[in-house]
Amino acid sequence: MHEMGIANSVLDAVRTEMGLYPGKYPCKVGVRVGEMAAIDPEALRFCFEAMIQETDLALLELAIEVCPRRHRCQVCEREFIVRDYDCSCPQCSSLATLCISGDQLELAYLEVEEYGPSSVGAKSTQ
Amino acid sequence: MDRVPLERKVLSENDRIAAELRARFQEHGVLCLNLISSPGSGKTSLLERTLETLPKHDRVAVLTGDIQTENDADRIKRFHFPVKQITTGGTCHLDARMIERHLEDWKLENLDLLFIENVGNLVCPSSYDLGEAAKVVVLSVTEGEDKPLKYPSIFFKSDLMVLNKIDLLPYVPFDMNAAAENARKVHPGMEIVKVSCLTGGGLHEWMMWLEERRRAHKALVETAS
Repeated sequence: MHEMGIANSVLDAVRTEMGLYPGKYPCKVGVRVGEMAAIDPEALRFCFEAMIQETDLALLELAIEVCPRRHRCQVCEREFIVRDYDCSCPQCSSLATLCISGDQLELAYLEVEEYGPSSVGAKSTQ
Repeated sequence: MDRVPLERKVLSENDRIAAELRARFQEHGVLCLNLISSPGSGKTSLLERTLETLPKHDRVAVLTGDIQTENDADRIKRFHFPVKQITTGGTCHLDARMIERHLEDWKLENLDLLFIENVGNLVCPSSYDLGEAAKVVVLSVTEGEDKPLKYPSIFFKSDLMVLNKIDLLPYVPFDMNAAAENARKVHPGMEIVKVSCLTGGGLHEWMMWLEERRRAHKALVETAS
């Protein structure tokens, strides 16, 4: 159960990034979680929501994109999604394939908004 | 509303420290191995067997992590190699900062091999780079042959699977071939050694793997310098 630490790292990154946007507040942060990253997206969401309650980031939404394991064939260069741990190339059946994606744990984007009438909730939690 | 790209790793701070550690290990020619398993699979027993086999003058050290107690460090101390316990106080994995802090008063130039024994956990340690040259996963035969499929990340990221407690095979329903097949489904070509830390069976294979990694690492460091 290390999702609490992961959620904390996401929030640290958001706070650091918001230093670049005075007068705005963060409304959504996007993260990419590979299926081989040993992160449970629902546990991450649970921790994230618990940590932002009654803070200045209470309105921040977490968007999680789960990324499948992808391999590239070293023989025919076909890229494919690995299903049921079958790492062989669907085009040429070669077993010489390399993982190119699927263990990532990345911050993708941040959505920021001007403070205004619709952000009363965000302001009131500061 | 504006969307700004972030495009960096969530654990970028851990990864930054891990990269620094890796560079220091490389500079001083230290092979660092990160041992990971469930609690009770035999990481400490494997280290005990390894340390009793290595020559007394070998330049080896151990960092051993647990949530509580100094028990593992106490077990390992009797071999007279430098050892330090990392007590995480609740955290279910080691991170790069803990390693950095516990290496502070050790001189890396006096070491060739550093074992890091992670907290017993098949999930969380796999997310945290410690600057190691390789992860080694220990699986014991009492855990079931489907563990690589249930916890794929750590088997995917480890260079070697040490299958421990093979002395218990007559007493537990464990299919060795299925375990190897499952590990290689997750990690094609994964190296596997089968050992019993109780009887010593198969340990020469582990020691040969270790020796080969040390030799290869030394050659790599010499080429780089």
